[in-house]
Amino acid sequence: MSFVARQLSATYGFVERNWALTRRYIGWEVVWLVYGTVSTLTIGLIGADSQGLAGQERVLYLLIGALLWSYLSVLFQIMGETVAWERWEGTIEYTFMAPVHRFTYLSGQGLFAVTYGMIRTALILGITVLWFDLDMSHANLLGGFVVLAVASVSFLGLGLVAAVLPLLSPERGPQATHIIQGLLLLCSSVYYQVTVLPGWLQPFAKLNPATYALDAIRATWIGGVGLAEVWPAMVKLLLTGAVLVPIGLLIFQAGERYALRTGKLKRNG
Amino acid sequence: MTITALHVVDAYKTFFEDDDEQQRPWWRVWEKKARRLVTAVDHVSFSVKRGDIYGILGPNGSGKSTLIRLISTLLIPDSGKILVFGQDVQKDVLAVRQVMNRVSVDAAFFKKLSALENLNYAARLYGMDPVQARKRAGEIMVRMGLEAKKWGSPLENLSRGQQQKVAIARALMTSPRLILLDEPTTGLDPQSKRDVQDFILEVQSAQGATVILTSHDMAESERLCQQIAFIKDGKFVAEGTPTQLKTRYAAKDLEDVFFKVTGKNLKSDLEEVAE
Repeated sequence: MSFVARQLSATYGFVERNWALTRRYIGWEVVWLVYGTVSTLTIGLIGADSQGLAGQERVLYLLIGALLWSYLSVLFQIMGETVAWERWEGTIEYTFMAPVHRFTYLSGQGLFAVTYGMIRTALILGITVLWFDLDMSHANLLGGFVVLAVASVSFLGLGLVAAVLPLLSPERGPQATHIIQGLLLLCSSVYYQVTVLPGWLQPFAKLNPATYALDAIRATWIGGVGLAEVWPAMVKLLLTGAVLVPIGLLIFQAGERYALRTGKLKRNG
Repeated sequence: MTITALHVVDAYKTFFEDDDEQQRPWWRVWEKKARRLVTAVDHVSFSVKRGDIYGILGPNGSGKSTLIRLISTLLIPDSGKILVFGQDVQKDVLAVRQVMNRVSVDAAFFKKLSALENLNYAARLYGMDPVQARKRAGEIMVRMGLEAKKWGSPLENLSRGQQQKVAIARALMTSPRLILLDEPTTGLDPQSKRDVQDFILEVQSAQGATVILTSHDMAESERLCQQIAFIKDGKFVAEGTPTQLKTRYAAKDLEDVFFKVTGKNLKSDLEEVAE
């Protein structure tokens, strides 16, 4: 075999190997397809939003959507990494055999995720406000962060569900947390009004804590309203959190029991 | 009165493994994958007295680590019962975890963090005062010959032997009543190995701790263990004191007993580990 033929054969070897891996995880390929579709739809829906916002209001509207997206990315990344990172380091068995209740463990991770995410969001907000020279003198900044903190309880509930995915699938679970995040943002007013969503998706937006969080943050930062005026959204966020956190914890515990039964906790899966 | 530290009754654990020879067509995702059942621990029963060092020896893949994981609450048995100081590892999980700690063959740490940062984290998990824990861990690390100047370095910069000493300090600083040592000296240089062995004996006599030890090192097992069990294909095939085992199998040493009860040559088994 000539040198060129050998190199071509080797090139095909990489293609063949990756194709074999793709086939082995075909279920996950469907998941990635959904995620890719959701991301694309989100951008398309921005164009479909005919609401005539302009100037600073338009910038701030999109900016708040982008900030929440970024905040949720941090939250889900840290919660998703709860298991994935420990598996990578090889510490997962040590941590899981410590005399610590799983709620304590996840609360610690959640507390760090929220604190870290809040600081990061505040910094990005500051930089973008300076960049676009936005007038925030009428904005109720603190109120917006209070809404974000309250909404975080619900997001953490969903984060617990995300955290279980790497337990169930050591290879692809961590990336799959993006799916939850993507669906959460598609069915909310992240960059557009929920009215531009197809009719069958709009009921999901009403169940989605991100919808209420975005509406309330926009009301405080763009409209400059006080917390008293967004309390209905706050109550809905608290109620959603009260439901989602126990459900998330139960799902995580069920996932852990599955991992302990099947041996998936082990470092190499 | 003799106190039983560990009581294992008829422990049984199986796993499913993918059967690569009978793969389904890749596109038929709705069909279950072909899997075969593997028995890792096969109706094992034994008891360990408080303060004893109990060795579990066997070839690679014989079920030693699975048994350790069952005891350490990291696996749920299919059937059987495991009691640690009278408490059920499945029902009284947190209580069992509080009195137990483990050192595994690969020192598992957050490698970018220093020894002290890792130990601080461990101390909080076990409800210890970090200052007290640091003092205790420091004493242990000094005792095992790990210089103080290494304590602040990221663990990835420490040798395997040094990392293993930190792992032992982490396990012992919580003063566990039951210590699970899963091949703790594998891959260590002779001096480090000796340091670790000496310290295990010291902990046993000073704290009255009970130790479950898995090892490939027959000399180490003979030196440390009061009782030894040989495991093969998930089953205990021989149990007794080192002297009893040598007498029963007319063997000159434990390596000879290993060969006679498992049918495996220890040297080829160790080469398998190295590979």
